[in-house]
Amino acid sequence: MTAPGTAYHADLAQCHSCALLAPVPPAGAGHGGDVCRRCGAALHLRKPNSLARCWALVITAFILYIPANAFPVMTVISFGRGSPDTILSGVIHLIEANMWPLAAVVFFASILVPLTKLFVLSYLLITVQRKSNRRLRDRTALYRVTEAVGRWSMIDVFVISILVALVKLGNIATIEPGFGATAFAGVVIVTMLAAESFDPRLIWDAAEARDE
Amino acid sequence: MTDLAADRDGEALTACHDCDLLHRVEPISRRDVAKCIRCGAVLYRHQPNSIERTLALTLAALPLFAVANLFPFMTFKLEGRETIGTLASGVIELMASGQWAVAVVVLIATILAPLVELCALLYVLLPLAANRRVPGLARVYRSIRAITPWAMLEVYLLGAMVAFVKLVDLATIDIGIGAYAFCALIAVTAWAAAALNPHEVWDRIGVARP
Repeated sequence: MTAPGTAYHADLAQCHSCALLAPVPPAGAGHGGDVCRRCGAALHLRKPNSLARCWALVITAFILYIPANAFPVMTVISFGRGSPDTILSGVIHLIEANMWPLAAVVFFASILVPLTKLFVLSYLLITVQRKSNRRLRDRTALYRVTEAVGRWSMIDVFVISILVALVKLGNIATIEPGFGATAFAGVVIVTMLAAESFDPRLIWDAAEARDE
Repeated sequence: MTDLAADRDGEALTACHDCDLLHRVEPISRRDVAKCIRCGAVLYRHQPNSIERTLALTLAALPLFAVANLFPFMTFKLEGRETIGTLASGVIELMASGQWAVAVVVLIATILAPLVELCALLYVLLPLAANRRVPGLARVYRSIRAITPWAMLEVYLLGAMVAFVKLVDLATIDIGIGAYAFCALIAVTAWAAAALNPHEVWDRIGVARP
């Protein structure tokens, strides 16, 4: 199932937490509730149920993405008139105000990164399930980038928290957070968990299984 | 960088965390990085005096954390009115508006996770630097790995910059001492994270159970 030269092939399980290699009994194969003798973490040859968990979280994030964009993330109330802003309308306002660099940052972090991340994870999951043996190195690198950039999507949530705290001018101007912000924070958290639950070693396992 | 792993034929081995390929652990020189020959993932780096350096930087981070939290981050002035914003005021206002979930996310990402991480690092590094044994070292150090992704100080800083640019044409915005301490805190914690060699920490903690 796995290539010679891997820890799996040598009947060694690497602890996910402290990286200690531990011999696993061939029969048990690390599924029997073994714990790492150095750090006490549960020992697995691969992250448990990686594909099913990752799919579940990716699908959850896709569903949450809809209210995150449909509902206003905040409402600016000025002299009794409220103008609700969704993520996309916020970007459009920035473009209209000629704040191009800022519009680019928000567009990138809030719209492009979460969506791209979900499509990339779906692509990685499908290629693993189809036992693809192409571009293994590139796909592993793609995973590393996906895992690293996810946190930056939280920018908009922090912007909202700062604006809500600062703009409190009674009748003149107040900013109220909206339900979209909750849904959006949910998208970011669920996609971070999805990336964490994917095991990149499956990319290499799957390719090896095809060759045999 | 002695023993990451099981000894086979007297040699230390490590497996790539991204593709599982086994590598012999060899000493590397200054500024060198050991990468996986198959997928290119970084296996380990040369990090001299890792524990002492990280400890010093973590100790420096604590007062910066206190100043960043206790002093004004940004002050908003318009038509004689003034609102002082701190890190916590965002959380408080979100709660006041009934957005509990978002408030908790911001609280964890900007205050709780970084604080718990700093305290946990001190709990592990102080005894290791002093060669003493305290209970729960392995458990505490393991928990840091779970906390780290949720501490998002640098993301918050970019968010603060975006908020600043949005407001600066509408009102007078003063950058407070808290914001400067916050920038310094990000620099120091990033430096500490780069100095910390987890393999050395695990080696020093040692294998406790038989």
